Amino acid sequence: MSADGASPDGRAHGAGADDGRWVGRSIRAVEHRRHLTGTGAFVDDLQRPGLRHLAFVRSPHPAARIADIDTDEARATPGVEAVLTAHDLGDTAPLIPALARDDFVPVEMPLLARDRVRHAGEPVAMVVAATPHAAEDGAERVRVTYEEETAVASLEAALADDAPAVHDEAPGNVLLDARHADDDVEPDFEGAAAVVEATFRTGRVTAVPMEGRACLAEWDRREDRAILYTSTQVPHIVRTAVAGILKLPERRLRVIAPDVGGGFGQKCVVAREEALTLIAARAVGRPVKWVEDRQENLTAGFQGHDQRYDVRAAFDEQGRLLAIDADIVCDVGAYSNHPFTCGVEPLMAAAELFNAYRGSRYRARGRAVATHRPPMAPYRGVSRPQIVLVVERLLQKAARELDLDPVEIRRRNLIPDDAFPYATPSGLTIDPGSYREALDRCAAALGYEALRERQRAEREAGRLMGIGFACFAERTGYGSQVFSQRKMTMTPGYETAWVRMDPSAGVTVAIGTSGHGQQHRTTLAQIAADELGLDPGRIEVIQGDTDATPYGWGTFASRSTVVGGGSTKLAAIRLAERLKRIGAHMLEAAPEDLELRGGRVVVRGAPGHEVALEDVARLAHLEVHRLPEDIEPGLDAHASFDPPGTFSNATHGAVVRLDPETGAVTIERYVVVEDCGVMINPAVVEGQVRGGVAQGIAAALYEEVVHADDGQPQTTNLMDYLVPTAREIPAVEIEHLETPSAFSETGAKGMGEGGTMGAPACIATAVADAVAHLGIEIDALPITPEWLLQALEAARPAQRGAA
Amino acid sequence: MKPAPFDYHRVDTVEDALERLGELGDDAKVLAGGQSLVPMMNFRIVRPPALVDITRVPDLKYVARDDGTLRIGALALHREIEHADDDLLGGFGVLKAAAPLVGHFPIRARGTFGGSVAHGDPASEWCMLTMLLDGEIVARGPDGERVIPAADFFLGFFTTALEPGEILTEVRLADPPDGAAIEEFARRHGDFAIVAAAAAVDVEDGACTRARVVVGGVDEVPLRVEAAEEVLAGSDLGAEAIEEAAQAAARAVEPGSDIHGSAEYRKKLTAVLLRRALTRAVGR
Amino acid sequence: MSDVHLIRVVVNGEPREAAVEARRTLADVLRHDLGYTGTHVGCEHGICGACTVLVDGAPTRACLMFGVQADDCEIETVEGLADGDELNALQEAFSAHHGLQCGFCTPGFLMLATALLRENPSPSDAEIRDAMASNLCRCTGYQGILEAVRAAADGR
Repeated sequence: MSADGASPDGRAHGAGADDGRWVGRSIRAVEHRRHLTGTGAFVDDLQRPGLRHLAFVRSPHPAARIADIDTDEARATPGVEAVLTAHDLGDTAPLIPALARDDFVPVEMPLLARDRVRHAGEPVAMVVAATPHAAEDGAERVRVTYEEETAVASLEAALADDAPAVHDEAPGNVLLDARHADDDVEPDFEGAAAVVEATFRTGRVTAVPMEGRACLAEWDRREDRAILYTSTQVPHIVRTAVAGILKLPERRLRVIAPDVGGGFGQKCVVAREEALTLIAARAVGRPVKWVEDRQENLTAGFQGHDQRYDVRAAFDEQGRLLAIDADIVCDVGAYSNHPFTCGVEPLMAAAELFNAYRGSRYRARGRAVATHRPPMAPYRGVSRPQIVLVVERLLQKAARELDLDPVEIRRRNLIPDDAFPYATPSGLTIDPGSYREALDRCAAALGYEALRERQRAEREAGRLMGIGFACFAERTGYGSQVFSQRKMTMTPGYETAWVRMDPSAGVTVAIGTSGHGQQHRTTLAQIAADELGLDPGRIEVIQGDTDATPYGWGTFASRSTVVGGGSTKLAAIRLAERLKRIGAHMLEAAPEDLELRGGRVVVRGAPGHEVALEDVARLAHLEVHRLPEDIEPGLDAHASFDPPGTFSNATHGAVVRLDPETGAVTIERYVVVEDCGVMINPAVVEGQVRGGVAQGIAAALYEEVVHADDGQPQTTNLMDYLVPTAREIPAVEIEHLETPSAFSETGAKGMGEGGTMGAPACIATAVADAVAHLGIEIDALPITPEWLLQALEAARPAQRGAA
Repeated sequence: MKPAPFDYHRVDTVEDALERLGELGDDAKVLAGGQSLVPMMNFRIVRPPALVDITRVPDLKYVARDDGTLRIGALALHREIEHADDDLLGGFGVLKAAAPLVGHFPIRARGTFGGSVAHGDPASEWCMLTMLLDGEIVARGPDGERVIPAADFFLGFFTTALEPGEILTEVRLADPPDGAAIEEFARRHGDFAIVAAAAAVDVEDGACTRARVVVGGVDEVPLRVEAAEEVLAGSDLGAEAIEEAAQAAARAVEPGSDIHGSAEYRKKLTAVLLRRALTRAVGR
Repeated sequence: MSDVHLIRVVVNGEPREAAVEARRTLADVLRHDLGYTGTHVGCEHGICGACTVLVDGAPTRACLMFGVQADDCEIETVEGLADGDELNALQEAFSAHHGLQCGFCTPGFLMLATALLRENPSPSDAEIRDAMASNLCRCTGYQGILEAVRAAADGR
């Protein structure tokens, strides 16, 4: 996708396309220049006079009582200025993420562990020093006396009858036990032509943003305010939470997300270290910076997707899905995250399990179980990679049992075009999309029929090739009504945009979304530009500063384009109306006869009868005595948007080849046909697809956070936790469909998580397709070469060693 | 992940390096390319109180030929092997073929052949090939120079026969084989191999006169597998002999297990990779 | 601070000097002692390549080299690529082909690609892919990066 109309400084300019509209064009991202020239400002790039550095002492044990903490030697370390433990934090309010549900057990997440630790990596003390090196020197000299206890190191161990309790308040280690649906499914199973029963398992993964967490905290004595720079996706959520923890009036805390090097959900929750860095800065009376190192990020940072599904599905003789009965268990680690809580994974899983496929009845139980492992945060996809895997594999198994083509069984079950709005058995309402068309086009793009032929020939020659698909609905852009159903302690969902024009007719859009690679500063400008008849280069988007933006929710859950874009559009429309009112006065015309085009207010159908926006802006700010009495000075507008949500859809297809000697899987082709409604900037959409698919492939074949049976982390560096390189990730072929959303002001739908949602299922079904004839089932991720080789050998010992 | 404090010394001759190491004591370490040492220092897995930086000793940077012997200076970069003249390497072309497997492009631009051999990772390409080709390691210490055969050099995981105060200055390879190849398996491109197999064969009148087989990732050292060599010696090096040798190697090795591969898997990979290496070495 | 050394380096053509503790890596020194924060730190164990710079022309992981080792060296960082306000062809290509999103890995990839294209001005697609596989990116899925380097090599 090539860019157009961009000047060397990266700003959009020029007349552009024939219709003069900016939405829909892949203009150059405004954000690029700083990153290409190394002039970005990530938290660790920030310097302050007198800056000190913070290091954490973290528990090496997954479960232990703290008997004693001796800080004498640490304090005596050259360069160390302070060592703080839980007793040195001052008056703080406890952090207890909660859901207002009877089946939820709230537990406190201590800032620094007090009398016990519940996961390896839990912070126990903190050291402030002149350099990060000295801080680390000090940290290793803090002598903590631990009394080790038996650790609960896995989902299975947590549910065992004799399992120790991670939290006394949670017997059986269950933090949430939700009966999401309880239809009477037995008649469907009794009458079914095929019943598929299986247990699916996905391994724990972690987001690995290239920039880990980082905070810089300073207390402004003159203003009596604190400023926290933090690598976050949710500045206002952090402000409200951290102010609450520190018992600081919220107006005296400013949170700034400068440039943020990726988040993927790991940074859409509050980190203890955010509050702790502020406390450390207050304690030493100097600005303090903490930069998470990669080892901390991999071992102590928020993780996710560690889930098990015990599922039964009933099908009729046509392969139509009748009912699903699911028992979903998520290993959520030692604590709930704030604000989404540990309930977010099991609740989303249970709420969306049918996903893009029709069915009638549903029974589902979703549990969050605690273990002595780092806590879960909503990592990109949030249970949807898992449910898509489950339902795709169920269909694949049913197809085999009923001797149906795998594409055909999907076709028969996908939501048809005439069924919208479609009410799912799990209680969602899906708005129009292109589910069947996406599948058909994906199959066509792959050359499905020819591939099946090739597969037959390859199989005869002893080679293993597989074709896989994943069709899914991605829930995006939903507002407070939907969030309220979760019963969080605060209800996110809406966004507010302030759109303002200055005396020189330049525009700023201030909004509470918080981009970290999504190019919001470009896409939101494109949206506003269309309403204001301006070049996006004249529109500045301001995010990530709680002093400069309206209260908002940040960027996660594929929401920013729909909710942020919607509020931006509405506010821009209001500003446009104001401009037209003033223009009408200047042109002696009726506002309804006016248009904003090319930086001017023009009378429709009367060329030459126009006024420049600069003149309107000048009047509105600097010569208000010439305004009519009923028009106030200034050019500010704001609007909020709180939509019900909208579903994008996609079909992923892949061809894989298996090496029968090593078990390695190679991806030969990967195709995505996606429909996210109106695309604001197609290049941005494609970037999100590719990045998401890469993370999804990683979860299918490479990445897993491993803890030994005793709870010791085994994947503590990037040699052990296998983030794929450009050699492992194929070129993704992308086709676009467009079903505009009726529920977003721009017709756009969110799509940021689709790549991660589809890829694991697509790869799993492809590998399964390659080996189904050998009786091998692919029901667990990641698929490692070792596991696959073992399965191949067990299935056909006579062919061992064949080339 | 900042290293523990240390004192830094830079030298530009081998003599100075030896003198400085002598003064600093047994715990001081030699710093060459740093691609293996510095990560371990950043993790604080190793904490040498002093480093002697030899990267600017010009005398150690060469790849040269003395009659039939290939002499690789300790500070020859991986990329120098990667881009070496074929005539210079002569019958040791397997080194050039293996070079792209060594880490990544930037690693090869700074990492050194000698540093890799001195580091002693049993799955590293240079350690394996030095073992395979019966290399000799030249070390200089306070008591002068000595030559250590590869078979006596690798003692354990990251443990070599180098004494404290000694510096590896050169690796010598004499007597090039008729054919040699190395095959490895890793989860990602550029990773350390889970298992690697290297084979060198000499052939006369269609029969194998000598076979050497080294497997990495199955032992604490790059492992010569005599069981496989015995199968190959005297054979026609055909597919059957190769397969038998591969299976013999798989039976002979006793690998450990870790999250990247169980013992059982490593044995299977041994057979697969050795078969592939032999097939290439023989030129089929 | 223990064992401090005075180093003289040339960074992007500009002579600089600093007094640095021996254990500070070149990444630490460039970023915090000399103020070139464009080079980023992603792992500190030489895997991710975010810290890639050129040292005497060679692509180097700045987290695997101590600043004191750079005495008398010529270092090129991302800040030296543009000519004033004008992006160079490689930077333009990265923008045009959307080879970046959050931007954190970008300087490392730019310096890596710079080293590749200097050594091999006409690389094949496979050579580009092999070289770019040296570094990690979490946002782009790599395709935009590969297309950018291809375009820059082709002079587009």
